[in-house]
Amino acid sequence: MADEVYFLPVEPHFVEQVIRKERPDGILLGFGGQTALNCGLELDHTGVFKKYGVQVLGTSVKTIRTTEDRELFANFLAKRSFRVPRSYAVRKVDQAVSAGRLIGYPVMVRSGFSLGGLGSGIMRNERELVEIARSSFSHVSQILIEECLEGWKEIEYEVVRDSADNCITVCNMENLDPLGIHTGESIVVAPSQTLTNEEYHRLRSISIAVIRALDIVGECNIQFALDPKSSEYRIIEVNARLSRSSALASKATGYPLAAVAAHLAVGRTLDELKNSVTKKTPAFFEPALDYLVVKFPRWDFSKFLNADQRIGSQMKSVGEVMAIGRSFPEALQKAVRMLDIGKDGICDFPHRKITPRTAGRPTPHRIFTIAQALWNGATPSAIARATGIDVWFLHHIQEMVHTYGDLRRTTYSSVTPATLRLSKQQGFSDQCLSRIWSVSEGEVRSKRITLGITPVVKRIDTVAAEFPASTNYLYCTYHGSVSDVDRHPRKTAIVLGSGVYRIGSSVEFDWCAVNAVEELHRQGFRSVMVNCNPETVSTDYDMSDALYFEELTLERVQDICDIEMPHGVVVSVGGQIPNTLALALAGSGIKLMGSSASSIDQAEDRHKFSRLLDTLSIDQPPWIEAKSAQSALIFAKKVGYPILVRPSYVLSGSAMNVATDKNGLKSYLEEAVRVSPAHPVVLTKFVTDAHEIDVDAVAQQGRVVSMVISEHVENAGVHSGDATLVLPAQKIYVETEQKIENAVRKIAHALKISGPCNIQFLAQDNAIQVIECNVRASRSFPFASKVTRINLIHLAVRAMLSRRVEPVPYPVIPYVAVKAPQFSFHRLTGTDPILRVEMASTGEVASFGANLHEAFLKSVLATGFNFPRRHILVSLGGERNKMMLLDELRALASHGYTLYATEHTHDFLTARGIGCIRLEKIHVLREPSIATYIADHQLDLVINLAHQFEGDVIRDDYAMRRLAIDYNVPLITNLQLATLFLRAIQNTSLKDLLAKPWSSYLPSEG
Amino acid sequence: MAKSQSIARKTAELMLEDGAVFQGIAFGHVQPSYGVTKAESYAVYPKRMYESDTIHIRGLIVSSAIDHPSHYLSTQSLDRWLQKEKIPGVYGIDTRALTQHLRERGTMLGRIQVGSQSVDWYDPDKENLVAHASCTRPRRFGKGKHRIVVIDCGVKHGILRAFVDRSCRVMQVPWDFPADRIFHEADGVIISNGPGNPALVDRTVVELRRLISRRMPLWGICMGHQLLARALGAKTYKLPYGHRGNNQPVINELTGKSSITSQNHGFAVQEKSLPRNVSVWFRNLNDGTVEGFKHLSRPLWGVQFHPEASPGPLDTNGLFDQFLRSIR
Repeated sequence: MADEVYFLPVEPHFVEQVIRKERPDGILLGFGGQTALNCGLELDHTGVFKKYGVQVLGTSVKTIRTTEDRELFANFLAKRSFRVPRSYAVRKVDQAVSAGRLIGYPVMVRSGFSLGGLGSGIMRNERELVEIARSSFSHVSQILIEECLEGWKEIEYEVVRDSADNCITVCNMENLDPLGIHTGESIVVAPSQTLTNEEYHRLRSISIAVIRALDIVGECNIQFALDPKSSEYRIIEVNARLSRSSALASKATGYPLAAVAAHLAVGRTLDELKNSVTKKTPAFFEPALDYLVVKFPRWDFSKFLNADQRIGSQMKSVGEVMAIGRSFPEALQKAVRMLDIGKDGICDFPHRKITPRTAGRPTPHRIFTIAQALWNGATPSAIARATGIDVWFLHHIQEMVHTYGDLRRTTYSSVTPATLRLSKQQGFSDQCLSRIWSVSEGEVRSKRITLGITPVVKRIDTVAAEFPASTNYLYCTYHGSVSDVDRHPRKTAIVLGSGVYRIGSSVEFDWCAVNAVEELHRQGFRSVMVNCNPETVSTDYDMSDALYFEELTLERVQDICDIEMPHGVVVSVGGQIPNTLALALAGSGIKLMGSSASSIDQAEDRHKFSRLLDTLSIDQPPWIEAKSAQSALIFAKKVGYPILVRPSYVLSGSAMNVATDKNGLKSYLEEAVRVSPAHPVVLTKFVTDAHEIDVDAVAQQGRVVSMVISEHVENAGVHSGDATLVLPAQKIYVETEQKIENAVRKIAHALKISGPCNIQFLAQDNAIQVIECNVRASRSFPFASKVTRINLIHLAVRAMLSRRVEPVPYPVIPYVAVKAPQFSFHRLTGTDPILRVEMASTGEVASFGANLHEAFLKSVLATGFNFPRRHILVSLGGERNKMMLLDELRALASHGYTLYATEHTHDFLTARGIGCIRLEKIHVLREPSIATYIADHQLDLVINLAHQFEGDVIRDDYAMRRLAIDYNVPLITNLQLATLFLRAIQNTSLKDLLAKPWSSYLPSEG
Repeated sequence: MAKSQSIARKTAELMLEDGAVFQGIAFGHVQPSYGVTKAESYAVYPKRMYESDTIHIRGLIVSSAIDHPSHYLSTQSLDRWLQKEKIPGVYGIDTRALTQHLRERGTMLGRIQVGSQSVDWYDPDKENLVAHASCTRPRRFGKGKHRIVVIDCGVKHGILRAFVDRSCRVMQVPWDFPADRIFHEADGVIISNGPGNPALVDRTVVELRRLISRRMPLWGICMGHQLLARALGAKTYKLPYGHRGNNQPVINELTGKSSITSQNHGFAVQEKSLPRNVSVWFRNLNDGTVEGFKHLSRPLWGVQFHPEASPGPLDTNGLFDQFLRSIR
């Protein structure tokens, strides 16, 4: 790990301060994605590196600039006879026509800067081109006529080069989806499956020639378009840095690209570095794969209002999984299950009317649509025509669909061993088979085992078994007769990781899993990790004693337990997926480490948990488990709206909803959850004017050994994952704190918790209410651990192992840390960027400061906010919002800020003597309009507080919020957040935000 | 609803000399026969996309066989091709386990058995495989300035193409073609790749010695490299782990630069038996064995890997240009 860590925005202002302080000799720009690269380019541009004598290590800034600038890049390559897509910028119709003739039809037309892709598209002949050119020139002065690469294959290579000019390609990858769909949005296969030797090696040679021409030192990714009809190629782009694809390539091959690139940046060469798997052969080699991997992106559109579900050239996915198999079908079906979207495989059809044309529309569900189309009798070639997907892939999907048909024609008792084995080799899960035959998953499993149809374990060793190598990087397959591993003699503990990144589960849980593995190892156990996310640290094969890059499903965990015969399985550090498996695992006789399955169940089952709180005399918002719509409506009438409704048992992806009135509740109960005695729902009074408090704790056999209390900036009603967390809590009374501590102790005791847990409270005055309890590590565990310097996971693991754990005194924290959510609304066209009960953030940041304002501002800046210079727009719905923000706005005005306001807010402020400029709402279409001000970047901040929990989204407010997001203007939609932000910018200026290392924020003895 | 799969899956077994058995499914030619195939005559020579006139292997083992190839240049499936050329195949075998088995126990004989029909063992090492793989009479093709004679020990067409594409007049001659007749036809001579043990190909070694003494520019590739080394008095030996695949790293000892190469050989040249006037040129980065040598003062080269690739990486393709420059 690093000798010094700074919790600061990766942004030139702060990075310069760190440089001034640390005086480094060198800097690496290619390891922190686009954010780090942009920051580095800016620092170079402003002369900061020169000023402090910092050398950019690895690939030079000049090269990075060439690869980042579209025009520079295209010219650079074209000059050296590499093929790039031909493109002409034209200003007149006749220029467009001659460009069309030069390129040849069809051509792609892009009229720059038009919103929503209007005026762009494929023109198949001169008549169409002239038509669109005419209409475009009435709006814009310039359009681009480009070579149309529709339906071309998209192929990527990961290339490594050292300062001595040694060059290798570590891996190539083929996108299942053709060009036009962002590689982050594509299903990707490695290595490529449909190229000839000639194509593969021609593109490989070009990759190497390009990286040499660009003089890249380290790692880069190059993307090609390849014409499936002529083997013609075009270079689409080069990323002169580690990318998402390089992470994938590292996991796909076992070749540690980032580590090697770091060595190369400091001048070492590939032939002197060792292959970290074989430890004997050099790093100058190209991995041989005797398996294939499938990467599948995960989208979360359902979490957003108004999201446009089409996928295309913009990246919208929030995570990805990688599946390893010895055939494409096996890996593809594994990947589908790894997504955790409730699909047991590819033959989980959407059951809508499907035509090949429907399949042509790229959406997150396209693969299932394709499978159903084939099931309905469409031919692979018809689907290939509609989608541009190579028939190689489609024939495999058709084979799976055929097998599905065969399985449906047999029964549980009549299925032949050959059919059963074939289905397993094609990746069908026991769960899918049990669905087909209407038997239990356990019955399928025992039949399979009786017939000797079980998976074998294979190693990923970078050399396809040609040399002896003893890695512990493992996967399971049904295409095998011999396992590479035997049961290990040492005492083994299995840790279940967090699986795919999705909204609600991201790197936080991976930190927990990694720390659990570390501590298990330290405690003398052989630690075994199970996870399937290529973006994680836990899936680095050297983090644990053994790594199964595998599905987190009951079936696969059982398979692994059958092989490993572990002492126990840790289900409490990987978030919701392992937590949900706990009951079933325990039911199949697998020992869970720490808290029992029944205590997990007691916390997860809303009904049981609420009953428990009642018996412990701990307050909670009024609740009821309703088995009919009628009883639900009666309850709602009694306690009043808003009402939180959710299915009784929280399953992954199951919808929570807030009903603001009778009609909303009724339609939700009838349509979304179909309430019935078999499917009861839990209704809870939705409290919104209370403070929310998060407690992360560790207990041992019911005795709490450590507890960290953080508070939310936002009032209750905002999902805890979208809330801004403050530690230590700033606004809690001592008495409240004591009440919380007591409640935590009571609950931990009652549930006999051993290990981590997280409890959420509401506080109003001095009264507290419990709203949720998870008998597992929570999203805030790493934050709590890093701020308090108490590693809660290490502690939890020792507690689970029944090691002697002394209670840790609560440290006195003489500083403040703030964790803030990172949203990605700008990527999700059309979504309403408003905080709701469903979580929407896709990441988080944390910063430290001497006080709340410093820590808060640093965190907010780290999420992409700018320090507002002058111009702030306020649009406050409802009297309460206006009253609550009055003082802050008055202060702002007196501090010299220019305030802009919408109609009612304007009237309200002027009536109280606060000067502000009135802007017209967007739909009014009158100047001065909000739309113009946002589009012209005349506003530094937009505060839009909607009238709380109004049934419908107010269209105009939505338009304002959306416009702010589209034009990258900072937006605040929460009252408490707005208050804190406005106070903070008045008390604190940019220069008060100090760049101090993490090591200088130390708790004092408590 | 989708139709059932009607592919007849006939089981097959791969039996190894040491008794190990691997279960799989038959494809290609399903009658157990090691039948002799006849070379077709092709309009274009050397062939594009093919490396030889016929299939030279006696059986093929793959992890999975694809029924539906997908490429605009594809004309038939592997299955069909093997059927036509009467070569049996097995798929569905745990190829990783097979690799591990052979890695640990060494190369050994194997036979493919479909159904209950029994097949006799056949030991190809007892024969001079080069004689089988070589052409029987000279052929000429290509146009250009340089005259290149390729001594065919089982030449891959990639080598022939490399010279034709560089505007050479190529004459392909049998493995035992007399040096005297080569001498007047050539500006440079290539000794090609080929199958088997180099110690069984002494006829070629004898002819090579004559060419060396007449200072003919010579370049041996793969088997040719081993034969040339033997002609220079060096020894060859069997490697504990053969080099196979197209990801073999070699370092050029003269420039310090490394390349990824395509290789397929079980024998190697013993370094210390090389004569003094010859230096090690390429070395395998994995095990340090000799991958090429170069005479200190004249064009007398050997490379163990395949610079023509096909299949494999094109990193060392430039050697062909380098050779042509050296014989000018």
